[in-house]
Amino acid sequence: MQVYSAPLRDMRFVLHELHDSAGHLEAIGRTDLNGELIDSILEEAAKFAQEVLLPINMSGDEEGCRYENGVVRTPRGFKEAYDMFRENGWGALSSPAEFGGQDLPEILSKMVEEMQCSANLSFGLYPGLTHGAVLAMLDHASEELKARYLPKMIDGTWSGTMNLTEAHCGTDLGLLRTRAVPQADGSYRLTGTKIFISAGEHDLTENIIHLVLARLPDAPKGVKGISLFVVPKFLPTDDGRPGQRNGVTCAGIEHKMGLKGSATCQLVFEDATGWLVGEVNKGLTGMFTMMNAERLSVGIQGLGVAETAYQSAAAYAKDRLQGRSLAGAKYPEKAADPIIVHPDVRRSLMTIRAYVEGCRALAGWVAKALDLETKATDPELRQQSEDFVALMTPVVKALFTDLSFEMSSMAVQIYGGHGYIRDHGIEQLVRDARITMIYEGANGIQALDLVGRKLPSHMGRLMRGFFHPVQQFIEDNASDPNVLPLAKAFGALQQATAHIAQAGMKDPEEAGAAATDYLRLLGLVALGYMWARTAKIANEKLPAANGDAGFYKAKLSTAQFFNDRLLPQAGALWGAIKAGKASMMALEDAAF
Amino acid sequence: MKILVPVKRVVDYNVKVRVKSDQTGVELSGVKMAMNPFDEIAVEEAVRLKEKGVVTEIIAVSVGITASQETIRTALAMGADRGILVETEASPEPLAVAKILKALADREQPGLIILGKQAIDDDMNATGQMLAALLGWPQGTFASKVDIEDGTATVKREVDGGLETVALTMPAIITADLRLNEPRYASLPNIMKARKKPIDVVKPADLGVDPAPRLSTLKVVEPPKRQAGKKVKSVAELVDKLRNEAKVI
Repeated sequence: MQVYSAPLRDMRFVLHELHDSAGHLEAIGRTDLNGELIDSILEEAAKFAQEVLLPINMSGDEEGCRYENGVVRTPRGFKEAYDMFRENGWGALSSPAEFGGQDLPEILSKMVEEMQCSANLSFGLYPGLTHGAVLAMLDHASEELKARYLPKMIDGTWSGTMNLTEAHCGTDLGLLRTRAVPQADGSYRLTGTKIFISAGEHDLTENIIHLVLARLPDAPKGVKGISLFVVPKFLPTDDGRPGQRNGVTCAGIEHKMGLKGSATCQLVFEDATGWLVGEVNKGLTGMFTMMNAERLSVGIQGLGVAETAYQSAAAYAKDRLQGRSLAGAKYPEKAADPIIVHPDVRRSLMTIRAYVEGCRALAGWVAKALDLETKATDPELRQQSEDFVALMTPVVKALFTDLSFEMSSMAVQIYGGHGYIRDHGIEQLVRDARITMIYEGANGIQALDLVGRKLPSHMGRLMRGFFHPVQQFIEDNASDPNVLPLAKAFGALQQATAHIAQAGMKDPEEAGAAATDYLRLLGLVALGYMWARTAKIANEKLPAANGDAGFYKAKLSTAQFFNDRLLPQAGALWGAIKAGKASMMALEDAAF
Repeated sequence: MKILVPVKRVVDYNVKVRVKSDQTGVELSGVKMAMNPFDEIAVEEAVRLKEKGVVTEIIAVSVGITASQETIRTALAMGADRGILVETEASPEPLAVAKILKALADREQPGLIILGKQAIDDDMNATGQMLAALLGWPQGTFASKVDIEDGTATVKREVDGGLETVALTMPAIITADLRLNEPRYASLPNIMKARKKPIDVVKPADLGVDPAPRLSTLKVVEPPKRQAGKKVKSVAELVDKLRNEAKVI
């Protein structure tokens, strides 16, 4: 069975101990909130995830979404769970109070998201996309559009989508063809076909608000001729009800490897009425607000799935009796030892655990910057935080999701054949995790974004925002032998950065060849930094920890494992980067 | 009509409890605590009565350490209107709690008090009954259904042989059983609102009650580990073992 109980103790550690929630709330001017309130919200969110969302995760996967005559039915239980989600106000968590939101900080909301993704990734997509659409409209839509749509989207009565992809254009949006023709009343008529639209059609909400990229008739070619429109499934009446059906229909849903409870739709727009969001031909800016927020959320999705993989595998390893320990029977009263006695099973469990907890710590750091970039009272801190979010967005997206797939696959290995069959729901985690490496910008694109855009941006200012605190920490703790592995990995990262800056400047293909390894290297160092700080806190707190001693001891052991077993990959990655593009590019295309 | 709902902070039902190494009790430090599940059912019933218009105000009461405020907050987030914490370091026994509740009932004059039938930490199943005796009110324990009409509470009770229905003249005491209802999840806005609802803090002495324990705990130990089973070769051997070893026939 899929086992999930929200890791509340670890979440409280990340929030309050590692990232100083009290200081953070002050920095963003939210002294009306406190740690207790945050904890009680986390607890209630945990209950909801465990008791409402988790029980329909496997059944949702088995049943999938059904399509008939333009109508999409979500799996059994999804509608009831969504209604409860909406009534309990979870969709409004971090949205602004002006439109009915609770205006709670991202450090909290990212953890609530994680729980929802751990319990049921497919379900999480529906409110997740709505939230992304809300963000794009908040930043770019007119006041009139905001007033008309946002309150209903924030309270979950209506849901949102993002429509970018067309059959011939995925990564390269410059190729898109959907057309928008201006009308006398200021609206537009949209015609075209979009594919891979998550939550494009479903039975959870009374209206669906599509954000659609399209071209005006006279728009310039390429990405500079794309505008953003809001196109509702039902045109809202003046009193805010879903009125006449708009010219957008669902022509079918995809049959996918995983994420089967989430409807992936083909949408056909035929003279559909829409309204411009933001400025003409500047639609990508609006969509990228949404994309950037979504990219971080997709990273969180990866983390969420990996947590469930860990808990399930750990429970199974303690329960499954098979063979005896290499060191002689450890549970002689049982017919065999549980497989957790074996070093290799522990290698897997510790690997998943070290990555998952490290990623949660890193996510907390980035979420903090997300709050600070808009809400810090100090303008300099706002700028630094914006830089940090920009730098870390591709890292969180690609690192967390790559790891999610690797870790859930490792969990299957612990289950053996029982993980490969469907009964335990473990192979589902692998299938669900797999998409997170692809959507919202494939991970290869994330690596290019890091190396090609973020690295050189502002003469390396973004990078320095990450390098400086790490360097400072290493210097301040130079006498601590546990910080040495981090120092070594950081050295490799610095060399790799200099190498890419130099080689990539002369030959962009060199940068492209190094990108994926470089992103993993930077990610490892970031996780190493989180673990080093975690260990420092754990060491300080352990002597007076009493009943909590087990928690801090586990932190120290896991930090040690990360240093011993995972961080050394940094050297190998640097080696690969240094080798350059030559062998990668040597074969003629025809030889493949 | 006011309704009083006592709520107890206990070890969360998901936690596997461990005995302290000095055998004086169970380990509480660093352990997840939560509202006693039967009390959650009691709060839910009170909130439903309020939604039906039967009740006008719900007062959640907890007797315990400062952290019990969090348990009261949970009740407030579910829909209780205000809280009273009777703060004490001692771990009060049912009689002390019943006396405290009686004093509060005298002060607040509720028309109904709904309690969980028992707390999952000590499984005493006594506070409601003792409180009824102290107040001289009728009691409907192990309730699986409650209807209030014209000053009478009709309570369906879960008894060994099935269900028993009693009619209580109010004011009355009801203790909630598992099947009375399914407690709701607190909504996010209500969690936020709960922070602003008042919690009164009083001491047992203010109510004229001495909460000191009357019982002393000699030793707390874990239940003995289950022994491995034995295979027998024949029915005769089985009968012999049942008779002479297990002494059950």
